[in-house]
Amino acid sequence: MTLGDNARRSASVLRPVSGSQPALLTLKGVSKAYSTGVVALKNVDLTIHQGEFISLLGPSGCGKSTVLRLIAGLGELTQGSIAWQDGRNPLAQKTDIGFVFQEPTLMPWATVFKNVYLPLKLRGLSKSEARDRVNQAIEQVGLAGFGDSYPRELSGGMKMRVSIARALVAQPKILLMDEPFAALDEITRFRLNDDLLRLWAEQQWTVVFVTHSVYESVYLSNRIVVMSARPGRVHADMVVDAPYPRNEEYRTSVVYNDYCRTASTYLEQAMTS
Amino acid sequence: MSAHAESHDEPIVLPPTSLSSIVLTRIVPPVLFGLFVLLLWEVVVRVNQIPFYILPGPLLVGETLIKDWGSLYPSLLVTVSITLSALIAATVAGVALSVLFAQSKWIENCLFPYAVILQVTPIVAIAPLIIIWVKDIRAALLICAWIVAFFPIVSNTTLGLNSTDHNLLSLMQLYGASRRQVFWNVRLPSALPYFLGGLRISGGLALIGAVVAEFVAGTGGVSSGLAFRILESSYTLQIPRMFAALLLITGTGILIFLVLTFVSHMILRRWHESAIRREG
Ligand SMILES: Nc1ncnc2c1ncn2[C@@H]1O[C@H](COP(=O)(O)OP(=O)(O)O)[C@@H](O)[C@H]1O
Ligand SMILES: [Mg+2]
Repeated sequence: MTLGDNARRSASVLRPVSGSQPALLTLKGVSKAYSTGVVALKNVDLTIHQGEFISLLGPSGCGKSTVLRLIAGLGELTQGSIAWQDGRNPLAQKTDIGFVFQEPTLMPWATVFKNVYLPLKLRGLSKSEARDRVNQAIEQVGLAGFGDSYPRELSGGMKMRVSIARALVAQPKILLMDEPFAALDEITRFRLNDDLLRLWAEQQWTVVFVTHSVYESVYLSNRIVVMSARPGRVHADMVVDAPYPRNEEYRTSVVYNDYCRTASTYLEQAMTS
Repeated sequence: MSAHAESHDEPIVLPPTSLSSIVLTRIVPPVLFGLFVLLLWEVVVRVNQIPFYILPGPLLVGETLIKDWGSLYPSLLVTVSITLSALIAATVAGVALSVLFAQSKWIENCLFPYAVILQVTPIVAIAPLIIIWVKDIRAALLICAWIVAFFPIVSNTTLGLNSTDHNLLSLMQLYGASRRQVFWNVRLPSALPYFLGGLRISGGLALIGAVVAEFVAGTGGVSSGLAFRILESSYTLQIPRMFAALLLITGTGILIFLVLTFVSHMILRRWHESAIRREG
């Protein structure tokens, strides 16, 4: 219970608004053409700051997933650069990254514990060395007691929690999420939204969250980057200046509605342009 | 985060598979049907007074099996040992070759067509050659059975190694996993259900290969298997004995299938879709 209390307390700390924090990574003139000839991204400039919760919003096919994959170092840039930095000092390598896919992407043959243990195992930690951290991560996503279950014994929402726990356990500085809740029903999605915000506050993460839902992006993020397709590029970059913690009250507030309307307008422009 | 609050998002509780329900639904009906067919067979043979050298009744076959057990049993052992050795050799070679294929697409493209050639050439057509080349007749039979059993394991395991969830592979790359780590942690377990499917097919094929090759070899003597007993019985019109040998071959095939199915079920039952019982 103490854990939950802690989480709530830290979540109530007002999160900084975009731009006031040092940069974490910068995409400069990034273009990506696949070997099929599809130009997925063209000349994308984007600076992501430490502690930001940034949503990439856009129609299907506008290159949102491609941006995430490039940031994660999965795939080569065709043009441009991605530079990582720690405040004002450039970093030679990318920092530790957590990635959550739209599908839970678990190993079906392994228990919840072993799935969450995977990143630490790959780093060479033995099971006994990792046990506490793995169990803590499982607890943090609310799955205490499910360590010995197999993925197929869990519901969709719970599988996604395992996937988040696996990202969490490696203590990444930045979490990349590619439409993680798109396949879930609305009630489960709302609950996971709230839990994600709580973890974000708790873990001091930077989150890049891909979604095609205006409502989800306005609820979660303090900055929304609207993208347009063919070729994929940044269409608009807006700040959502509403305080955290956010809850049902925010979801029904006038501010929320206004931001949703603004984001919708940008999205429509992006789709017609 | 709190999962206990998710009333609509409960874990899926699977009812335990009870042994008695399996017996009732999967074992009792086919056994009853089999008994019915045997009864019909016996009645038809008796009513039409069919001579035993054309079609013996099941009772006579049973009697012959017991009477000739002394000579049939050693032959059964010979056939079973060739079959199992061929299956083991096919498993080892098949998995090894698939793993080699998995290392490089180039090697796979180079060698896979030859595995296919080996597969599509009828074993009866190459068995005489192998029997001429290989002096030891048991080794020759083993090679024939191995050739037949080998392909399903190679092709299935290769398919399995190549069908790893690509997001899982991305994740491994993200965490900087080495080729070795990717192979042991992700690719090999992904291939397991495919391998087991191939193994089940190969089990039956190994037996067929062993029997067919022995027919081609047609050698007699103390070390001959069940196929030779069938040949021998047909020359001397000992049809009930022929049926008894046939029964042993079929029984062996069924046993191999059941054992491999059981092994596969035990390995996959906690995680794989194929081993899940769905209700409704
Ligand atoms: N691996 C790939 N090979 C070829 N084309 C791809 C690949 N991945 C994505 N694309 C293409 O690039 C474009 C952007 O895709 P993606 O980044 O997945 O968009 P989004 O995530 O916004 O739906 C699409 O036109 C898609 O078809
Ligand atoms: Mg996508």
